[in-house]
Formats: sequence, C-alpha cells, structure tokens
Amino acid sequence: MTPLDLAAVRAKLEGKKGKHYWRSLEELADDPRFEEMLHREFPRHASELRPGVDRRAFLKVMGASLAFAGLAGCGVKPEEKIVPYVRQPEGMILGVSQYYATTMTLGGSAIGLLVETHEGRPTKIEGNPKHPASLGATDVFAQASVLELYDPDRSSVVTYLGEIRPWSALLTEIQSAMAEQKGTKGAGLRFLTGTVISPTLAAQMESLLATVPDAKWHQWEAAGTDSVREGSRLAFGRYVGTYYNIEKADVIVSLDADFLTSGAGCLRYAREFSRRRIPDVVGGMTRLYAVESMPTSTGAMADHRLPLRPSEVRGFAAALAAKLGVGVAGSSSSGVEFADWIAAVARDLQMHRGASVVIAGQEQPEEVHALAHAINHALGNDGTTVFHTDSIEARPTNQIASLVDLANDLDAGRVQTLVILGCNPVYDGPADLVFEQKLLKAGRRIHLSSYPDETSALCQWHVPMTHFLESWSDARAYDGTASIVQPLIAPLYGGKSVHELIAAFAGQPEAAGYDIVRTYWKKELGGDFEAAWRRALNDGFISGTQLPAVSVTPLSGPIPAAWGAAAPSEPGKYEIAFRADPAVYDGRFANNAWLEELPKPITRLTWDNAAMVGPNTAQALRLTYTIDSTGGEHGQIHVDRARLEYQGRTLDAATWIVPGLPDGLVVLHLGYGRSRAGKVGDNLGFNANTLRNSAAQWGGAGLRVSKISGSTYTLACVQFHSAIEGRELVRVATLDEYHANPKFAQQMLEEPPPGLTLYPNAHEYNGNAWALSIDLNRCNGCNACVVACQSENNIPVVGKEQVMAGREMHWIRIDRYYEGSGPEALDNPETHFQPVTCMQCEDAPCELVCPVGATNHSAEGLNDMVYNRCVGTRYCSNNCPYKVRRFNFLAYSDWDTPALKMLRNPEVTVRSRGVMEKCTYCIQRITKARIAADKEDRPVRDGEIVTACQQACPSEAIVFGNKNDSASRVAALKANPRNYGMLAELGVRPRTTYLAAVRNPNPELEKGGGHGA
Amino acid sequence: MEPEAPTPTNASAVRRSPFIQPGYTFGSVTDKIGSIVLTRRFGKGWWAGFLLAFSLVLLLMYSMTYLFVKGVGIWGINIPVGWGFAIVNFVWWIGIGHAGTLISAILLLLNQTWRTSINRFAEAMTLFAVACAGLYPVMHLGRPWFAYWLFPYPNVMGVWPQFRSPLMWDVFAVSTYFTVSLLFWFIGLLPDLATLRDRATKRAHKIVYGILAMGWRGSATHWYRYQTAYLLLAGLATPLVISVHTVVSFDFAVGIIPGWHTTIFPPYFVAGAIYSGFAMVLTLAIPLRAAYGLKDFITMRHLDNMAKVMLATGLIVGYGYVIEFFTGWYSDNKYEFFVAMNRLFGPYAPFYWALICCNLIAPQLLWFPKIRRNVVVLFVMSLVVNVGMWLERFVIVVTSLHRDFLPSSWGMYEGTRWDWFIFVGTMGLFVALLFLFIRFLPMISIFEMRELVSETSGHEGGD
Repeated sequence: MTPLDLAAVRAKLEGKKGKHYWRSLEELADDPRFEEMLHREFPRHASELRPGVDRRAFLKVMGASLAFAGLAGCGVKPEEKIVPYVRQPEGMILGVSQYYATTMTLGGSAIGLLVETHEGRPTKIEGNPKHPASLGATDVFAQASVLELYDPDRSSVVTYLGEIRPWSALLTEIQSAMAEQKGTKGAGLRFLTGTVISPTLAAQMESLLATVPDAKWHQWEAAGTDSVREGSRLAFGRYVGTYYNIEKADVIVSLDADFLTSGAGCLRYAREFSRRRIPDVVGGMTRLYAVESMPTSTGAMADHRLPLRPSEVRGFAAALAAKLGVGVAGSSSSGVEFADWIAAVARDLQMHRGASVVIAGQEQPEEVHALAHAINHALGNDGTTVFHTDSIEARPTNQIASLVDLANDLDAGRVQTLVILGCNPVYDGPADLVFEQKLLKAGRRIHLSSYPDETSALCQWHVPMTHFLESWSDARAYDGTASIVQPLIAPLYGGKSVHELIAAFAGQPEAAGYDIVRTYWKKELGGDFEAAWRRALNDGFISGTQLPAVSVTPLSGPIPAAWGAAAPSEPGKYEIAFRADPAVYDGRFANNAWLEELPKPITRLTWDNAAMVGPNTAQALRLTYTIDSTGGEHGQIHVDRARLEYQGRTLDAATWIVPGLPDGLVVLHLGYGRSRAGKVGDNLGFNANTLRNSAAQWGGAGLRVSKISGSTYTLACVQFHSAIEGRELVRVATLDEYHANPKFAQQMLEEPPPGLTLYPNAHEYNGNAWALSIDLNRCNGCNACVVACQSENNIPVVGKEQVMAGREMHWIRIDRYYEGSGPEALDNPETHFQPVTCMQCEDAPCELVCPVGATNHSAEGLNDMVYNRCVGTRYCSNNCPYKVRRFNFLAYSDWDTPALKMLRNPEVTVRSRGVMEKCTYCIQRITKARIAADKEDRPVRDGEIVTACQQACPSEAIVFGNKNDSASRVAALKANPRNYGMLAELGVRPRTTYLAAVRNPNPELEKGGGHGA
Repeated sequence: MEPEAPTPTNASAVRRSPFIQPGYTFGSVTDKIGSIVLTRRFGKGWWAGFLLAFSLVLLLMYSMTYLFVKGVGIWGINIPVGWGFAIVNFVWWIGIGHAGTLISAILLLLNQTWRTSINRFAEAMTLFAVACAGLYPVMHLGRPWFAYWLFPYPNVMGVWPQFRSPLMWDVFAVSTYFTVSLLFWFIGLLPDLATLRDRATKRAHKIVYGILAMGWRGSATHWYRYQTAYLLLAGLATPLVISVHTVVSFDFAVGIIPGWHTTIFPPYFVAGAIYSGFAMVLTLAIPLRAAYGLKDFITMRHLDNMAKVMLATGLIVGYGYVIEFFTGWYSDNKYEFFVAMNRLFGPYAPFYWALICCNLIAPQLLWFPKIRRNVVVLFVMSLVVNVGMWLERFVIVVTSLHRDFLPSSWGMYEGTRWDWFIFVGTMGLFVALLFLFIRFLPMISIFEMRELVSETSGHEGGD
C-alpha cells in the first residue's frame, strides 16, 4: 500500500464533492470501493472511519459529555464514564439547556463565549457578556463554529501515509524523532503554528524549546497581522499590542481598517461605536471618516468615505500626518488631490484632541501603522482612546519572514522533522515559496489539523485535531484578559489538542489537555487555586489578567519610511489587493456550509469569491454580466471571467463589479479554490493564494487584467438589485436635519391611522405584545444575526444551485441598498444595511390567504406558522410585502446524517419539504420565558427574552420586548421620533419597526456632495 | 364524406343561412352523428392523434410522479415568485373551460338555437379543461398528500379550512362548477345515449350505452322531466359561469401585491375566460367539422357567431388592459405605477407585448366579415388568442410577483423542463380525452339537431 493508491481513491471520491452538501454527506462512506479497500487493508479499523456517530459511540459520547456537564471542570476522563446516569447530576434537568463558558480563538484574537448545551450536546454559541472581547456578542465565525464541531468531514484517525495508525505508533515516532534531535540540540526540528495567544501553549513551547534550543518555532497566519506588529516596532522600537476605546472617540479615522467587523476586539469596537451613534447621545454623535479600498461594513457606516487604492492610502496617511505636524521622512506630495478632505479631517481631529482615534488596517503596510501611532500620540489620544500593552502573543513574530525562513531551511535540507500545528501552508502559503515542494524535503512531517487538508496530503503523519468545543486550552483577548477554553463535549471524532501533541514532544505522552492547562494556571494563579479555577471556568475569563497599559512614545524623528509614492497607474496595469474573506476567513472555514451560504456584506455573494473591480475599471476592461431569468437578480448572475497576471503567475477568476471600489484596483478574497477542504468546500471559487507572494502579502501594483472573452461564470448572489427605486424603505437624515425635525422619518410617508380597517377589532392585545426594533444607525451589516438565527432555528443550507434558483432559507436577511446621485454615485455610493425579519404584522396579509389556516395570529401578536398544518400553497409568501417567508421547495433539511442531528436545537421543529417557514421572533425562547414567568406568577420581565439575532448583535441594533409594557426598552424605542414602519403605509401594522439612520457629516465636506470626496 | 352544400360567402347570406344545411331528415341526422360512434372504423388519423396525445399523457404521469417524489422544487418557482406555471396553467385551463357551459346554459336560456350543434363538444371540452385545471392545484402544493385539508370535512381535530382565503373559495367554485357541468353534460347526453343503445349492433355497445342511458325510453313524461331538469341546471350553471372565474380572479385581487390588487379583475377575468373558451371551441370545431364531415351541422354561421363573441370579449379584455394602466397612473401609487411600467419595459416586456399582439391587435381582424368566414385564418386566430391568453396569465402571475415592494427581494422566474413537461402533458390529456370522446359519445346532440331539423323544415317549408 503506497500513498499513491490512497490518493487515487481520494481522487475518485473527489468527484462527489461540491455543493450538494446535504444530499451527499454519506456518499463518501458508502462508496463500496472505498469500503472494500478499507476492509482489505485494515480489517480491524474499517469501522472507525465511518463518518458520523453510531449508536454505541453516540451513547458513549452522550454519557461522557453528560458527565462533563455535571462535573464541569473536574477533568474526569470521558472514556471512563460510558454508563448512563444512575443518579442524575445535580443541576441537570433533561430538556433544560445549560450554558458553559469557553473561548474561541481566530488568528490572534479570542472571544469569550457561552455555549448552550442540550443533554451534553453543544447546540448554540452565544457571547459571554462578561468577556471584554465579546460583551455578549459574537461574530459569524463563532456562531458557525458549532457546525464545524459536528462536521462529518473532520478527520477522525491518526494516519501514516494514509494508513490508520494508533496514537502509540505516533508516540513512538515522536520519541525517535526527539532522540535523533537530542544530539543536534534540535537543529533539524521545526514547529509551525498559527499566532499563539494561549499562555499555556506559549509556556509549553518555551519549555520544549529549552530542551532543544536549536529547534525553531515558526508562526504563520495567512490573514495575519504582520504589518500591525511591525508597525508598532517601527513606531515604538518594540512590539506592543494596541487597542482602542471607541466609545470615547468623537472623531474616528479609519485608514483602510474594517475595525467594526474584523480583527481583534471588533465586537467590542462595534458596540462602543454603536453607542455613540445615537443622535441624542450624551457627548454627541461620533463622526467616522473611512478611507478604504474594498468597501466594507466600516466604510458603509462612515459619515464620509473616500475610496482609495491601498497604495494611495499610504500617501493619504502621510499627508494627514504632515498636516497634523507629525514628521514623515520623504513625505511625498501625493494626496494633494484629496487636499480638501485631508484638511477637513485634520481640522476635525485637532478639534478633538484626546478624543479622536486613527486606526490603520491590518492590510496596510507597517509605515501606515507607525503613522497612525504617531498621529494618535500627537493628538494626545494615548491613554484616552488608544491603549498600548505588551503584545498578547507568545513570541510576536514577523510571520512572513518566519515562513520564508522555514521555506529556506526546508529547501536547504536543514529540516528533518517538521511539525505543523493547525496550519495549512500548502494551501495558504504565498505562491512564490512553492511550499508544497519544499515541504517534501523534510524527512518527517507531522500535521495536526481538523480536516485532512492540502497540507495533510503531503505529510506522512496526520493527526486529527480537536475542536475548541471539545478540548482544553486558554487564550488572551485583545487586551490581554486570559480565559479558559473549556470543552463541552468529549472529542466526537477522537483527536488531540495542540497541547497534547506538544506534550508528547516534551516527553509527556500521556498528559491530558485538562492537566496541562490546569497545571499552568495553578502556577500562575496561586492562592486558593481551586476557587479561582472554578471561578475562571464559571465566568469564562480570569479577572485581573488584562495586561497593564505600557507607556510608549514614538521614536523621535520622522518615520523611517521606505515610501514609494502611490503606485502609478500605468496604462494596462492595475493594483491588486488581497483580503480575508468575510465568510470563510483565510479558508479554514471553507467546509462550513453556514458560512459558505452566508451572503457576504456589501457584495451579497454566496458560495464563491470573485475578482472585484470598481465600475470604471469594469468599463475599461469591458467586463459585463447578465442576469439569468431563473432566480434573476435574486439568484444568479453570469459574469465574465478575467485572467489576472501578477508577478508571473496567473489566475482565471470570475469578476464582480462593486460600486465604491476605487478605480484601477482588483480585490480578491482569500479562502477559496480549496482542493481538500471537504465535501462542502472543495473547488469553490478561486484561490487567491496562487497570486500572493511573500514580498507583498496583501497585494501591490503591476497586475495585468484581461477579460477572457466568451468565458463566463455563474455566481450566486442573493441581492443584485441595489437601488432602492425611490421608495422610503431606508430613511436617512443628517444630524442637522434630525435636529431640525426629529420626526423626519415618520413624516416621509403617511401611515394610515390605526382604525382605518374593515375589521377594526380583529385583534386585541391585552397581554404581551411582542415587538422588535431595529436601529439602522447601529447595524453595520456584520451578518452575525444571520448565522445566529440559522443556528438557533435549525435553518437548512440549500447549496449554491438552490441559492441560484432564488431559494435561500435565511429567516433574517440584511438588505443592502446603495444611494447617491450624480456621476459620482456609482464610484462612491452611500451604503445602507437593513436587517429584515418577519414583521409580525398586526393585520398580516399572509394570514388571511392561507386556505388551511397554517399561519395564524397569536394573542400576543405573532404570526405563528403551524408547520404541521402547512400544505405549501406559497400564497402567504406571495402576499407578503416583505418577502420574508421561506419555503422548503425540496427536502432541504438533512434528516439522515447522525452527527448533524446532534447539532439541532431540540426546541425547534426541523421542517420537512413542502412547508413554509419564517422568522418566529424565536418563539421557543418566548415560550420558555413565559413558562418561567407563569410558574412564578409574574409578568415576563423586560430583557428576559432575547432573540437569537439580538443576542448575537455586536451593535445592539436589535431590541426585542413587549410593547404593551410602557417601561420596556422596545416601547421606548417605538416612541422614539426616529421610529418608523417599513411599508407601514400598506396598513399592515408591522411589529418590527426601524429607527431611521442619522449621519453626522462634516459640514465642511458636505457641500462637496455628501458622502464622497 | 357527405356531399357538402355550397358554403355561402357573402355576409347577408351567412346571417340568413340556417344552422343546419337543408336536406336532412330525422333519420339522416341520427345516422350521420351516430355512425361516427357506432360503425365508423378507427382510422389511422384517429390512432395517430390519440397515440400522440396519449404519449403526452404518459409524460404527464412521469413528470407528476417525479414531482410528487421530489417536491415542487423541480419547478422554476422561488421566492419572490412563488407561483409559476402551475397557477398560470390552472387559470388558463379554467378559462378555456368557460365556453362550454356558457354556450350550453346561457345561450340555452337566451334561446340561441345556433348553440345546438356545438354545445355537446363544447361541454365536453369544458369538462376536460376543468379536469386538466383541477390537477394543478393539487400538484402545486408543497405537500400534495394533504390536499384534502382544503375541504371542510369533519375531523376529530376540529380543524377547518380558513374561509377567508380565496384559495378556499377556489376549491368550492371549481368543484361546484365541475360537478354542475358534468351533470348538465350527462343529462343532455341521456336521450342520445338511448338512441345509441337502440341503434347499437354490437353487444358491448348495447350494454355500455344501455347502462349509461339509465332507462331512457323517450316517453312524454321523460321528456317533460328532462326539459325541466335541463332548464333548472342551465339556470344553476349560468351564475357559475360568472362566479368561477370571478373567484379565480380573487386569488389575485385579494392579494396586496401591486398588479394583483385590482378591482377590475373579476369582470376582466370572466371576459378573458369566455374569450379563450370560444377560441378553444373554434380550435377544436374547425378540424372536427372537416375530419368528420360535419360542415352541414357546424356551419359558417356558427363560426361567424363565435368569431363575433371572440371579438366582443376581446375588446372587453383590451379595455381591462387599458384600465390597469390608467389606474396605475391615476392612483398615484408608486408601486402600482412601477408594476405597470415594469410590464411595459421590464425584463418580461417581450411577453407583455406578445400578449398585446395576440389578444388585442390580432383579433381586430375579426371586424372584417371576410376574415370571419375564412376558416384557415379563423383557426390560426383561435390559436393566437389561446397563446395570448396564456401569456396574459403569465404576465399577471409572474410580473406582479417578481418585482414587488422591496427591491432587495426582486427576482426572476423561468419554467424548468418539468414545468413544460407538465404543461404539455395536460394538453396531451385534454386532447386524448377529446379523442376518446368523439369516438365513444355523439359529439353533436342528435336529438337537438333533430329538433332543429323540424324547426328548419317548419321555417323553410320542409321537404
């Protein structure tokens, strides 16, 4: 048996991969040839490769995880607890969900979470309100992580050259490797990890490296923060971590930074920002200037947005710094064309010294970060809105240099043993390193990863990695606050954590993750450790561990900048920019169907990435599109393909026109074009890494683009129509207009008086009257609510083909409209987000047209869907003016895959085909609270019911409550002058209403035409 | 073929020409119509036509099976366009099903004797069209196995249909219409079935027609009761002709979607239904009278009259189109106006303009008597109108839904191959049933033709 044979089998199986996730989950296991090969080759282990969970394993896992649930934190080895309860653990009531705190890390950031479990099965992720990086909110990745936990594609066995091996065989291998290296002090040993923010892992690595001092530890993140790190060193002479207090900032300038929806601390920043976006807020509304290349949520929220190519941002930053008197070496005169803009921004910043902040984006080069530091310092923002600490990372490293170093060592044959921990450099390494070839020069390659991915295929040893919901670890948040990663379930597919594998190298092969993490913190915490430990597990973080602010001053003298001027726009040459994908990040979430099907903010694309260009560039390149008559603008768009040639490498990619994207720029998101992601994520989109190089990770000038005539690609876009057609759906005013007339939104259209109906007393609401308020001024379109809803309500994924047919199932969607007039409108439109739930109309058009009465009005004013009664005429959906109803045109829910059954929220029906569904205001949560209140004979308290979308929202844009309770928050918001009902003029009396958006433009820039330059 | 009387060509001659060519006696009328059923061989043409139609029925069966196994997702429907071919075809077939009862009942009450030679097969056509239509509401359900939930049947759950829903009214309207049409048709058949029974020579014919004739002996009492029942049913059927399409139009008019929410829909739908129904009668009558030598019974005067009805109803429908736009503009409702403009210039504009050509412009030719008397042109015209009426329903259903209130949800709809298979399949079913009908039942009412002979002889002096 050679690895080639297995590769051939894999290749055969690859044909089954793709978009039919829910229909073909078991195809892999059922392939007779594969099974036969397994039985022939490994008769004893064949059953271990079954995806999903059989009954015995399920009971085992259940028993084990129940033990966990009851004895959280006691570290009982799950394997020993396979018997169901004789006595029910204390606090455990079957049918009542329980919450445990844990932490998710991504790149170099950590978010504290509370995870809901049902009988030991984690089903729903929530933010931990006490954790500084979450404040109760979550991002899309955290929300979707629970699907990854159960993903049947995750690897489940240790393999050597594709053959199944016991853990002990790997241990033997590790021992012999370490024995070999002892003599050379580890000169041939290399470790490759992502950014490490786990104190325990850091300590483990340090102590391991102490025994093999010549071994090297490399770090690599494809969507990493090298320039942030290097920028701090450039500014202060050493690595520091920086975070912001956005709530204290009156003026914010973003230099290509999407700080509201990406990067460490973004959830907190979004919340702090949103709190200052209320027009009547004490201290006044904040003002946000965004200079950006790829249109992002942050740019959409900005009061002024200036679209610039990434290379121009450098010049802009330098010019702004110069205006503010911050020295810049070789400051070029570029940026003159935005002189008005720069002058206005500089004046605004100077007027708010100590209450402003300039934030540079992680894709901007280190000089821009250094400039931002210098500006913040010069403006006296340090200590008020900007805080510096020691880096939260273990061994902050210039990762690209580190990876290049590793590649060189590999190439030179200096590496005997390479241990890759959770990275996938074969896929996401820059193309110029040709990592897939150099990797093979290491004699022994051990790869720890969740999935058998591109890198696994080239490593002899593959070790399945545990998910964070099934392993012990720890992490530091953006401000240094440490928290424990606590498992909620025993490893579903076996697997080892990073800690356990490193411990094996350190000669502790039997060490369990629990003991490793505990031992570390026992040393750190001291005192009454047991109490502190329990408290840490309970709270989800260890209080008092945030890093102290350090006082740093920028190095004197001008920033030693190696300025190139803005890349000259040569004819025929373009600039390229790479960005982490808002849905699949750097590709690690490629097999997560929730994220693949998530309409990306701004572009509203699903299941693909594309080479994005601005309207003028598209015109110059003669790039066009056609709307298909199936699905249409709510479904599929045929776009031209273009050939991208960058530094000798080419990629043929679909193109997508994005209004507001600067001219001469092509933006490509990472994370697509994977060949070994799993059945969901394989062969979607286009691999940006094939164009990336180590010298310019985030792109640069010199891209050639040519349309490939006659070659089109079909993209699944859920909202192609961007104009609002002059309808008063989103209502916006400037702050001045608001002050002049706070009721502007209500006066835009006349709402019919409440009595104007043929059936005036059709419904009376004497008890609770549930209602939702959505603040358009706060929503930044981050999508967390969409995935939260999908997770909470067992919403199926339909696949690219069905999205293209116009049948995606999301109960809450975030509509995106562009606004603007004049020639500039397309180049820099105003972008508005509008989350749309079911409006739960009081006079609901859907209810009266259902022939079987499957959708009914509840006494509390909800439009209840009775799935059992629905026969599927779709009349209700036709008659819904908001088109929020979703129909199971086919059998979308996966009824067969055992692992996915464990994922489901047991409180929500799994819908069959032919049934209509829609947002219920999370009726299961309402009912739960109502029962609790009834038992205590009291009314439901305000805030007791939190809908899934509301809970996930970092911006607190969504508020749910009882509008009959005059003391409730929602009642107060409904009385707000900004409150209006979308399409309320139809007389449907929507229960979901909106708070109109108010922008706070700088009057100096206003006369120039609003949003633009 | 029988020798044909010369066809009158000038207008006044047509108007004065009798509804049955002279020269027929009671016996020869009976022979001529009855022989098609009793003695005529199944010709190659019949077999070819029937087998072609039947293969489409098989396609329908296949498609329906696949549909019930997989779900309505095999069609092109989506959100926002939740209704597609199924509803378009349903309305289209129901519309076609209008002419039969209109001809039978209303023209009977109005004493229009010219209806006699076309009412039988027009009624049959009605039944078959309604049967085709009736398949769609079941097929288009997401869970068709629960279709019976739309009926108000007593059940232990105490759950009733939702009586405010127009779909509910549809169930009643269509099922009532079908039942009454069937009864009306069958009662009208009784004397002829007895005639066939009496003239049958084969044993099978004797038994089958004997049972179907239900003991009709032609006594004066029978005739008396027959006349009473027939008139009563005609009285019952008349309001149904109006109500059924009115109710169908409520499916749309009750909705709040711009383009649907229109008070003109009931009369406009009824006129449209009569329009398409008469077009379909022409489509069938013209080949039939040629193939089975019935030009003496279905005369130019019949065709001329039907063409006039088409022209009149076509003008009503055209008025409806104009008023829709006027209302869209005059109401100053931006959504209504948008829908109107979107129909004219939006992505489905070709459908709209094709519909205008078919339904509004082309039928204006019928003002010319020469055209009305040109059988070929008339046949083509009837096809054009049928296409036009299908397009009209498509435009109403799809263009209203595909761009409604929120631009974020705007989409498009296109029928998939399964949509087309099922549509073509129901056409096959319709034609196959007609083929069976013309071979197994008298397609023209024998006894009423005999009455006509006696009347004609009376007027003309007889021979």
